[in-house]
Amino acid sequence: MSALTETPAATRAAKRARNNNPAPKVAKESPLSRIGAMTVMLVFTLYFLIPIWWLFIAGTKSSTQFTNTNPLWFADFNLFANIGNLVAYRDGVFLKWMLNSALYAGAGALLATLFAAMCGYALAKYRFPGRELLFNIVLGGVLVPATALALPLFLIFSQVSLTNTFWAVFLPSLVSPFGVYLTRIFAAASVPDELIEAARLDGAGEVRTFFTVSVKLMFPALVTVFLFQFVAIWNNFFLPLIMLRDETLFPVTLGLYAWNSQVNQIPELRGYVLIGALLSIVPLIILFLLLQRFWRNGLGAGSVK
Amino acid sequence: MRITKRAATVALLTAATVALTGCSAAGDTTTGGDDAAACEPAEGKVDLTFTSWIPGIEDVVDVWNEANPDIQVAVQTGPNGNGGTYANFFNQLEAGNAPDLGQIEYDALPNFRVQDGLMNLASCDGVLDAKADFVDWTWGQVSFNEDDAAYAIPQDSGPMAMFYRADLFEANGIAIPTTWAEFATAAEQVRATGSYITNFSQSDINQFAGLVWQAGGTWFGNDGTDWNVDLTGDESIKVADYWQDLIDRDLVSTQPPWTTEWDNAYNTGAAWTWNSAAWGANSIASGAPDTAGKWAVAASPQWEAGDEASGNWGGSSTAVFTGSKHPYEAAQFALWLNSSSESLTMLNESANLYPAAKAGLDLPVLKEGVEFYGDQPIYDVFAKASGEVSADFVWGPTMTQTYNDVSDGFKAAVSGNGTLAEALTTGQSATIKALQAQSIPVKE
Repeated sequence: MSALTETPAATRAAKRARNNNPAPKVAKESPLSRIGAMTVMLVFTLYFLIPIWWLFIAGTKSSTQFTNTNPLWFADFNLFANIGNLVAYRDGVFLKWMLNSALYAGAGALLATLFAAMCGYALAKYRFPGRELLFNIVLGGVLVPATALALPLFLIFSQVSLTNTFWAVFLPSLVSPFGVYLTRIFAAASVPDELIEAARLDGAGEVRTFFTVSVKLMFPALVTVFLFQFVAIWNNFFLPLIMLRDETLFPVTLGLYAWNSQVNQIPELRGYVLIGALLSIVPLIILFLLLQRFWRNGLGAGSVK
Repeated sequence: MRITKRAATVALLTAATVALTGCSAAGDTTTGGDDAAACEPAEGKVDLTFTSWIPGIEDVVDVWNEANPDIQVAVQTGPNGNGGTYANFFNQLEAGNAPDLGQIEYDALPNFRVQDGLMNLASCDGVLDAKADFVDWTWGQVSFNEDDAAYAIPQDSGPMAMFYRADLFEANGIAIPTTWAEFATAAEQVRATGSYITNFSQSDINQFAGLVWQAGGTWFGNDGTDWNVDLTGDESIKVADYWQDLIDRDLVSTQPPWTTEWDNAYNTGAAWTWNSAAWGANSIASGAPDTAGKWAVAASPQWEAGDEASGNWGGSSTAVFTGSKHPYEAAQFALWLNSSSESLTMLNESANLYPAAKAGLDLPVLKEGVEFYGDQPIYDVFAKASGEVSADFVWGPTMTQTYNDVSDGFKAAVSGNGTLAEALTTGQSATIKALQAQSIPVKE
C-alpha cells in the first residue's frame, strides 16, 4: 500500500529528472542486473501466487484427497461438487455472506469515494480559514489504523444501540482519509482553476460544476480510491468481529473465520472454509482486472500535470 | 462462613476492577454475588438473547421457542470463545449490552467470575435441584465448588480415553497399553515398525492439562481469599517428565495438532493412538477417512495398574451475564438446553457435543455402535470415563495467558530448547505476574 501511495511522487520525480537531462533516452542495463531483477521478481511472483494456486487445488479436492494427495497438484476434480456443498450448507448462509460483503464493500466504497472526492476537491479548490489544519488532521487520520478505532466505535455505537446492525459496519466504512488525500492532490493537478472559472461564468452552480466538470476530470483518481476502499472493506475483519453477532449480517471474512474456529470439533468445516476462501477472492480478482486500466492510469495521470 | 469470605473476595475484586478500569459508569448494580431476591419470573412475554458458536444451535433453540411462546430466545453467533467471542463478551459487559446468556468454556469461567460478569443462578427455581442431574465434576466447574452457587449451567464435557488403531496393534502383536509404563514400552515397539505411537501436542495445552488432571494434579486453587497457582506440582512435573522422555527418545511425533500433516499422520498409519476427548471421535473419523473401521477406543492408560482415573479435555457451559433483566427465564432455558434429551440429542448430532447431564450419557444416540470404530459402542467408554474425572481441578482466571506462555515453552522444548517442566515453571511465574497485574490476590 505504501509503495503504491508513493508512486505518483516517485514518478513525478523521475519525470522531472528526465526533463532536466535531455540525453539519456533509454538507460542502458547490463544483462546481469536484468537477470537479477527478473529473479527477484520471479521469486516474489511465486511467493504471492503459490498460496492462491494451493487454494485453488485444495478447492478441487474431496476431503479424503485433501489430506493424502500432493497439495500442489490435482486429484479428482471436485470443484463444482464442493461449491454445491458449500452453497447448500446451512441453507446457503455462505451466499448471504458474499452478498453482505458485496453490499458493505460496493455501496460503502462508492459512497466513501464520493465523500472523499467532495472533501478533497473542496480542500484543493476553495480557500477558507483552517484549510491546512483540516487537511493535516485528515492526513493524521491516514496514520491511525482502523483496528485501533474499532473498540471505541463499539462503545459509542453501544450507546446509540447501533451494534449488531448493518450500520455498525457500513457507517465506519464511509470514511477514507487516504481517499481525501489522493483526491486533493489529484484535483489540484487535474482540474484547472480556469475551467471552474469558465463554468461559473456560464452560470453553473458549485455543485453542478463539481458533478458535471470536475468529477469527469478526477475520474481516474476516483477509480483508484474506489478500488482501495473496496478492497479495504472487503478484507476488513476486526470491525465486523467486534460489532456483529447476527450471522445473517456477517461479511464473508468473518463468516469463514467463525467456521475455521470450529474446525477442531466439526472437521467437515475445513473443506467449506477452503472452498469459501477461494470463492471469496474471486470478486476481488474480477474487480481488479476490470478496473486496472483506470486505476493505473489514475496513479500515473496525476504526475503528468 | 465460607460464603461470606467468598462474597468479600468478590466485593474486593469488583472494587479493584472498577478502580482499575474506571468503568463504574457502565457497571450495573447487580453483583455476581448472592442476592437471592433477584431471580423472579417476569410478567408477560420475555425476549432473551443467547450467544453461542455451536453450529446448528438455532435449530435447537427453535424447538424451545416453539414450546415456550412466552420466553423467546434469539441466537447470536460468532467465532469460538478464544477466537474473539470472549473478548466481545467483555466489551459488551463494559458497554452494558451483553446478551442474557452466553456459551463459556469451563476454563474461561473463572475469568468472567473475577470480572464480575456472571450471575449466580442459585436462587433461581430449580437450579440447585438440578445439581444432581449433572456429572459431579461439571457442577464443580460452574459452582467453583461452593455450596449455593451456580454461575452457569454445564453444557458439554470432554472425558478422555485412548483412540487406537486396533488393526495395527493386532497385526504387530503389540498389547494395548493399560498403564503409562506399558504405553512407553509400546511406544518403543511401535517406533520399531517405523511409526509413532502418538503425537505430542505442542500447542494445545488443554490436552496436556487433561493428562495432568488424570494424574490427580491441580493447577489452581482458591481458598476464598487468595488464588493459588500450582503449575509445577508433583503430578504436573511427573506428566511433563514422562512426555519429555518420550520426546527425547523420538518415540512420539510432534506435529502441530489440527494441521494437514497431523491428519495425514493418522490417515496413513504413521500415528497409532490419540489420547483425546469424547468429541475427538469425529476429528479422527473425518481427518483420517481412509482408516474407517480400523480404530477402537479404550480407557486411558493409568499411572498405577488398576487405577480408574480419567482426565477431561474441553467442555463448556451456558452462563447468564450480569445485567440480564430476566435471569429466571434465562436459567429455565439454560436448564432445558443442557438437560432435556431432545436438546442434547440435537446438540450431539449437529456439533458432536458430549453432554454434561448424567441422563445425557445414556442418550440412545450415544449407545449405538459407531461404524468408523468397527461398530464399537465407543461412548460407553467415555461414559465410564466421565464418572472418573476428578472434581478438584480448577482453572485460573487468566487461562489465555497461561496457555500462551506454556505453549511457547512447549514449542521450544519440542525443538530441543529446554524441557516441558521448564515451560511449566515459566508459565507458573508468568501466571502469578499476570494475576498480580490485574490486582487479583495471589499466593506466591
